[in-house]
Amino acid sequence: MSFLRHHAKFETNVLLLMVGILVTVIIGGIVEVLPLFTIQETIENVQGIRPYSPLEQAGRDIYIREGCYVCHSQMIRPFRDEVERYGHYSLAAESMYDHPFQWGSKRSGPDLARVGGKYTNDWHVRHLTNPRDVVPESIMPGYKFMHRPLAYDDIVPRMKVLRIVGVPYTEDDIANAKADLEAQASSDANTEALLQRYPKASLGKKDRTSEKVTEMDALVAYLQVLGTMVDFTTLKSDAIR
Amino acid sequence: MATKAEKDSVSGQFTTGHEWDGIKELNTPLPRWWVWIFFITIAWAVVYCILYPSWPGINGYWAGTKGYHSRTEVAQELEQAKAAKAVYLSKLKDASLDDIVKDKDLLNFALAGGRSVFNENCAACHGFGGVGAYGFPNLADDVWLWGGSLDDVRTTISFGIRNSNPNSRQSEMPAYGGGDVLNDAQLNDLAEYVLSLSKSSKDAVAAARGQAIFANNGCTTCHGEAGEGNQAVGAPALSAGVWLYKEKDQKAAIISQVKAPKQGVMPSWADRGLDDATIKELTVYVHSLGGGK
Repeated sequence: MSFLRHHAKFETNVLLLMVGILVTVIIGGIVEVLPLFTIQETIENVQGIRPYSPLEQAGRDIYIREGCYVCHSQMIRPFRDEVERYGHYSLAAESMYDHPFQWGSKRSGPDLARVGGKYTNDWHVRHLTNPRDVVPESIMPGYKFMHRPLAYDDIVPRMKVLRIVGVPYTEDDIANAKADLEAQASSDANTEALLQRYPKASLGKKDRTSEKVTEMDALVAYLQVLGTMVDFTTLKSDAIR
Repeated sequence: MATKAEKDSVSGQFTTGHEWDGIKELNTPLPRWWVWIFFITIAWAVVYCILYPSWPGINGYWAGTKGYHSRTEVAQELEQAKAAKAVYLSKLKDASLDDIVKDKDLLNFALAGGRSVFNENCAACHGFGGVGAYGFPNLADDVWLWGGSLDDVRTTISFGIRNSNPNSRQSEMPAYGGGDVLNDAQLNDLAEYVLSLSKSSKDAVAAARGQAIFANNGCTTCHGEAGEGNQAVGAPALSAGVWLYKEKDQKAAIISQVKAPKQGVMPSWADRGLDDATIKELTVYVHSLGGGK
């Protein structure tokens, strides 16, 4: 294999070495960048995916703040064991408005990509307060402190930032952000406009006059929408090939 | 310092031809086997790229000559798994609940399936093993609200309790609170009587007064003359000493339930997508938990 000995030419000629490095980096760059140009074709064309409602987005921020992703993934792989346990495998479209996505690969706890609607709001609150109350063998820490009021004064700028990175919040969405957030957590609010903007949003039952929106409300609203946006009963299998 | 590459007399290898302060460096080649494996992996990568989906193109990607597609594969695997279970599933579909319990093989299959479906769907409220929780009945004891026979359990699972399904179990305990019907003293006496039914009252005099209140306010219509309950309307047996809303101060819990009753609900699992065979599995499993009649 005498051609291998030619590396001495690169190693003794600075200019040649630089050209060689440049060529290598360009090839590597093309391999990494080129697939991104076909991303539109990678994202399945499915109905129902919408940006998160303000309350869900606030809950998502808590999810990230508390590091839930350290133990929970949000990506059901296309394998039989995963599909039978968690439900339909995750689609690329389902995380297209996630910044950052929460796919993950570490599962000390179960995957949460389709946890939405699986349990009741009350169950989630009990579980988050003290997981052992409902799942005796759970090793998850309790999050009792999340009964404290949610800080959401900055929900509008947060949504504006997400809009910059490509989440299609409309002017209408942003103008109503605070009202929507409060309405989603309350029992007595008129939620018609909210559900128009954010179909399938999970509604809370706070009495707004006496109770503040808590971090728990936000996190539960987020958990309850996970994996529920696409209606798989009507989805054609060739639409997601 | 460049010198000439020369053969080292000790190792038999050539030197690199460099020398620093009299120290020379051996130019030992990589082991042959390592070099060959390295080239084989490169060749394998090329073959793999041809066989399997790999390179992106302008309009789509190279799909590979084997036609492999992970999403198609998982669909096939699910079909295969279904086919493997088909023998039992078709038997389950046709068998009556009594048949399932009698056929040992089928029963084992149904119990295994039922357990997994239970843990997936029911344990959130009823707990693992059906031990129950505050407001959610224990399924592993002998006390049943809506009946513990195979058929009763099946009906409850299929249609649920107090939901929008027209076949769901319906009943409503009336509220006796607000002073309109019973005042606080009467409620106290009534609660003592209800406690006395399970021999846990500490005030026999009040309990005796409560007995009349119990008899005169229609309680017996559903809960029975001696508080034995009525499963046709989901009226709990008050004499069992098993409390759905079990609290430290059970008397207060009873008073609260008489004043403003909580009406527990359960979803219809037929509506939530469990098919007939799965509901049968679940029925047999719940029935087996301990208290099945």
